Amino acid sequence: MKKSKSAYSEPGKFGKSENHIIVVWVDNEAGVLARVVGLFSGRGYNIESLTVAEVDKKKHISRITIVTSGTPEVIEQIKLQLKKLIPVHKVADFKRNDPKILFKELALFKVVSSKKNREKAIKVCKKYNSIIIDKSKNSFVIQVTALRRDIDKLIETLGSLGLVSTSRTGAVAMTRGSEIFK
Amino acid sequence: MRKLFSGAEIVFKVLEHHKVEHIFGYPGGAVLPIYDELKNHKTIKHILARHEQGAGHAAEGYARSSGKPGVMLVTSGPGATNAVTALTDAYLDSVPIVCISGQVPTHLIGTDAFQEADTTGITRPCTKHNWLVKDVKDLARVIDLAFEVATTGRPGPVLVDIPKDIQFKKTEFVLKNKKKVNGKANGKVSISEIDKVISLMKKSSKPIFYTGGGVINSGPEASKLLRELVSLTGFPITSTLQGLGAYPGDDPLFLGMLGMHGTYEANNAMHDCDLMINIGARFDDRITGKVDEFSPKSKKIHVDIDPSSIGKNIKADLAIVSDVESFLKFLNKRFKEKNKDFLNSNKSNISKWWKDIDKWRQKKSLNFKNSKEVIKPQYAVQRLYELSKDKDTYITTEVGQHQMWAAQHYKFNKPNRWMTSGGLGTMGYGLPAAVGVQVANPGKLVIDIAGEASVLMTMQEMSTAVQYKLPIKIFILNNQYMGMVRQWQELLHEKNYSESYTAALPNFVKLAEAYGCVGIQAKKPDELDDKINEMINVDKPVIFDCLVDPMENCFPMIPSGKPHNQMLLGPQDEEEISDEGKTLV
Repeated sequence: MKKSKSAYSEPGKFGKSENHIIVVWVDNEAGVLARVVGLFSGRGYNIESLTVAEVDKKKHISRITIVTSGTPEVIEQIKLQLKKLIPVHKVADFKRNDPKILFKELALFKVVSSKKNREKAIKVCKKYNSIIIDKSKNSFVIQVTALRRDIDKLIETLGSLGLVSTSRTGAVAMTRGSEIFK
Repeated sequence: MRKLFSGAEIVFKVLEHHKVEHIFGYPGGAVLPIYDELKNHKTIKHILARHEQGAGHAAEGYARSSGKPGVMLVTSGPGATNAVTALTDAYLDSVPIVCISGQVPTHLIGTDAFQEADTTGITRPCTKHNWLVKDVKDLARVIDLAFEVATTGRPGPVLVDIPKDIQFKKTEFVLKNKKKVNGKANGKVSISEIDKVISLMKKSSKPIFYTGGGVINSGPEASKLLRELVSLTGFPITSTLQGLGAYPGDDPLFLGMLGMHGTYEANNAMHDCDLMINIGARFDDRITGKVDEFSPKSKKIHVDIDPSSIGKNIKADLAIVSDVESFLKFLNKRFKEKNKDFLNSNKSNISKWWKDIDKWRQKKSLNFKNSKEVIKPQYAVQRLYELSKDKDTYITTEVGQHQMWAAQHYKFNKPNRWMTSGGLGTMGYGLPAAVGVQVANPGKLVIDIAGEASVLMTMQEMSTAVQYKLPIKIFILNNQYMGMVRQWQELLHEKNYSESYTAALPNFVKLAEAYGCVGIQAKKPDELDDKINEMINVDKPVIFDCLVDPMENCFPMIPSGKPHNQMLLGPQDEEEISDEGKTLV
């Protein structure tokens, strides 16, 4: 018998990891974000991006959107653990490729380069609802809203066109149609 | 104008509202206004611990033996950080604790003031919820809510941090009807779920009940219903460490504890069963071993009040979110309606299964080689059991070999009689827990089955026991080693006993005398009974130094990473047992 030197069992088989977007409605109170984030770090779950803001001023409800990845079992645990937190009202979970869900992320790019490269840069951004929100002699700041993977691609493309600074919000999500998540 | 109350007064008014009779604590600068107010509330008795960890474990022992929440009161900074181990312990073992901590005045928060710590930050991962109260108007509502969160759903610890200025500030006292806590607690069982359970039970030829601390936490009625269910079905039953006492330990249908140091019959039955009915247990890694090979042929029903416990470690075929008592009440009623005389009509269906179990039982996996020269620790626990079983005895333990021997050899017949640190495995738990148990159960026999290493971690609480005349018995199985560490080192680290031997132990008899209690030492097996009787009969706290065989190991055991049917039964079959175990299955 091969001896293990640990008082713990060895890891079993891991399932396939999936990308999910978890939306959490919480009371906007002191420490609530720390509770959510602490749960993720304490239990070893991933956070790819996290967006939070109050969405209901009267009831003080904030909406947190978290992009995460994990096996189906881990995703299930994330939801169940989140629901146990006292300030959490509801938790929604969407697969990244769910066609019924809209995902958007906003990014700001600052590009400093030659006129030719700046024009090229503006052109590649055009597809993504781009707006130039600041301009100077040799630079501009452009705002795009797109899917995460498109923004990833844009960053790559703009890299050779004088991209000097990137700021992105992380994904937000909403269901299509007249339905809302209850 | 309505009467105004200070924050400190409000604390006590809410405690009185919740009928709190005892609080365990330790004063300090940031909590003095609350301590000042203590004198005006005669129905609440404060037990002064000697360390906040001790106060916390005492509150745990109090809660687990009484079914009521334990309340602790500590100061800011070190007071709160000392409480963290006890809070974490309560969190992992689902014990309802309300911890009230003092905090530096609000205007000093964040300035690294004297005895300031980010208490809510530190305790966030080890409580169900915590609050920093920055407005005295919120205080009554928050403490009231704290009791609700601690005691409903899956119980657990909560903490309310109260800055010193808030304790002085005055406001009106109103306890409003509170809003429901976001629906965390309740799962309602449907009749179709119950019928599914019954149909699985009827189809099974190798069923087993696997029950845990959830049965105890659900209240004494749940244990009664469990006994009824088992007697209706004739199915075998095994229990986790935390569930001991929910079902009588000396009943023939009880297979003993399961898991890493569980019995051979319990673990093999878990491995081979075709239906596992988990009631209030959480598939902890000490139970499952390697999850891929855990009970491969069984359908699994999992009843738990905490939805996140279901499917966390082991996938359930039928998941039921419910409190144990309401589940069992429903199931038993429906079961009796639908099945007349199931016990007899189903007997032949599971007779082969019982034959298998009897075969495993014949292995007598808890046996050990007794000695006339030296006290074997298992023998000491057996004698302690025989000599104390006729009294309504409460047992606490520390953590290690002695804990497992206590679980194996002390038979519990009632719930709330067994207090042990299972989830966190906190050495030093048992002595202060015994203090709390004795406070909740005056006149009862309370014994801490201890190891000499563990008990030294919280030995100072003997002073608490003496102060409040709590006649707790500290029964130390003294092998001079951190026994479980030594056992692992022997079996897995080539007998390199790195730092597991305690070279300079105190003289426990003299230590007892120094504390003002009674010290007894036993060295030989033939003097054990007399000395145990002496311990039981003295109406004072006792430290009993029982010198046991230092090299004894705790068997049976499932070596790490092995499935349940590959247990080590004893030192002789350390290598061969896996094959032998296989042929038996």
